[in-house]
Amino acid sequence: MTRFVRSTRFTRYSRPGPRCAAVLGSPPRILLLLCSFALCGYAGVRLLDGDRLLIALWFVGAAVLHDLVLLPLHAAADRALVKGAGRRRGRINHVRVPAALSGLLLLVWFPLITGRVSERYPGATGLSAGSYATRWLILTAVLFAGSAVLFAVRSRGRRRRRERVGDGRPPVDD
Amino acid sequence: MARSSRPSLPEDLPAGPSAALRRGGAPRGPFSPGFWRSPVRGTPFTSVLGLVLLVGLTVLFLTGLLSYAAYNPGLSPVNDKTPDKGILGFYLFSWPTDPPWLYRLTQGVHVTLGLTLVPVLLVKLWSVAPRLFTLPPVRSVAHALERISLLLLVGGALFEFVTGILNVQLDYLFPGSFYALHFYGAWVFFGAFVVHAVLKTPVALRNLRRLREERKGAGESGEEERDVGGGEGEGDGRDDLAAPEPDPPTVSRRGALGLVGGGSLLLFATSAGRSFDGPLRETAVLTPHGGPEPGTGPNAFQINKTAAYAGIHPAETSEDAWRLVVAGRTGTVRLDRAGLLALPQHSAALPIACVEGWSTSDQWWRGVRLRDLAALVGHDDPVDVFVESLQRRGAFRRAALRANQVGDPRSLLALSVNGEELSPDHGHPARIIVPGAPGVLNTKWVARLTFGDL
Repeated sequence: MTRFVRSTRFTRYSRPGPRCAAVLGSPPRILLLLCSFALCGYAGVRLLDGDRLLIALWFVGAAVLHDLVLLPLHAAADRALVKGAGRRRGRINHVRVPAALSGLLLLVWFPLITGRVSERYPGATGLSAGSYATRWLILTAVLFAGSAVLFAVRSRGRRRRRERVGDGRPPVDD
Repeated sequence: MARSSRPSLPEDLPAGPSAALRRGGAPRGPFSPGFWRSPVRGTPFTSVLGLVLLVGLTVLFLTGLLSYAAYNPGLSPVNDKTPDKGILGFYLFSWPTDPPWLYRLTQGVHVTLGLTLVPVLLVKLWSVAPRLFTLPPVRSVAHALERISLLLLVGGALFEFVTGILNVQLDYLFPGSFYALHFYGAWVFFGAFVVHAVLKTPVALRNLRRLREERKGAGESGEEERDVGGGEGEGDGRDDLAAPEPDPPTVSRRGALGLVGGGSLLLFATSAGRSFDGPLRETAVLTPHGGPEPGTGPNAFQINKTAAYAGIHPAETSEDAWRLVVAGRTGTVRLDRAGLLALPQHSAALPIACVEGWSTSDQWWRGVRLRDLAALVGHDDPVDVFVESLQRRGAFRRAALRANQVGDPRSLLALSVNGEELSPDHGHPARIIVPGAPGVLNTKWVARLTFGDL
């Protein structure tokens, strides 16, 4: 890309070429981006036709909320988990994985699980919305239980192996 | 971000964390490369997720466009929730009636795949988070434009996922009509997505190719978390996503990808069943329209809007009160239910498929062919129809069907289903059922049919 920039006419006309090209960046890339903005703009004007400010807030807010709130939150939770585990960090994934999966389900289905739509949903569909929280809790319990069983099976297998080999080395977690 | 434009400013290219520290006023917090500690981050990890999204989001976009076409928005203003679409409707075509499960498939894929991609999208964004805080924030005009484009990409993707996921749960939090927001939002996203794909796909493929070669070269090595991908090779040096001072690994990269796949699998397993009836639907435990069917008996299949929700009073649909008005070239005919039953009755086994991604298996509908009703008012050739419901509320209480849909022998004004009279929630006294059409075009509680070119 850069080599291409240097060989274009652009740099030949503007003498201190490399400097100027550096400020500008790659012209084909700029062209591509401008074409894309044309489409984004065409659709964006129509998207914003309505409650402009609120829609723009939703659009940009989705990115900001994710990058500056959701992401730091789950990163901090994970870091706290690792720190809390201390020397037992080898086993941490037996907590981390079910917690992450359960959290994912809550994130996606929170309107149903928290009962936010508990009036509209049964009215519209003729189905009960009351059981979603229970179902989520059961799934969470199953995930953690499954993880615990797996942990038990693994540690027993490791202990057996150690006994058979008899080298007395501490188990290696993955 | 713009890896290949970076060499143009060599003095801004720190060779590592030590280089950043050597410069005066070392960046702090997330702006410092040392802030990012996960040993999982790195271009190989991001490349895998990126390529999954490249395929997945393309399928999402295309099935979304198909869903838009399935409403036949070009046919009549009542079908069109985005009248100012302009050139964005360039590809519209008459939605076919064959195969009858077409919309069930395309929209099932659209929603279920969207749900399945949630963990992939989230982890992909996590994996590139350090680039949000690159210094200097802008290196060139191209770089500045690319960062704006990335805001549209990330904002657009999240906006589409959030509006879609809220809509399938009937949580209408978003600021406006779902159809307009989700449709125009998709095009804004797509504009940025194409550029991103053009710029990044070759890089991602190159990263994976190199990773494979390295693996082959290293033979069977269990030390997966050690292959940091960058380091050597690629012209501009290090892997800018890999943590320069990583924490000790608690999970391998393969393990982290496994977790993403596990999350996807979990969402898939708890959603996909709602595209079928019976025991399979019971597996969709956390999804709207998953779990047990409503009620019992022949009418116990999924309902989009109940009679009570639509504001239908039993008095309006009683034998004495209800009349169907059929209008066309030769005038207007009024029929009561007995009059409709006296016309030739036909059967069709057809599913109901909703824009929200759920669908039923085939139900056995019985009633009068739409084309027979058209003939009743002087239209012997296939013609469009404008359908009006008794419904007081709802965006689709009036809907238009195209001539190809009216002409199909399986398109019925159904009076019964699975051998029993329609229940109030399924549109008693009469409802439309058309092969391949989105659920909302199968108008319930029909009051008036106006045949003629729309």
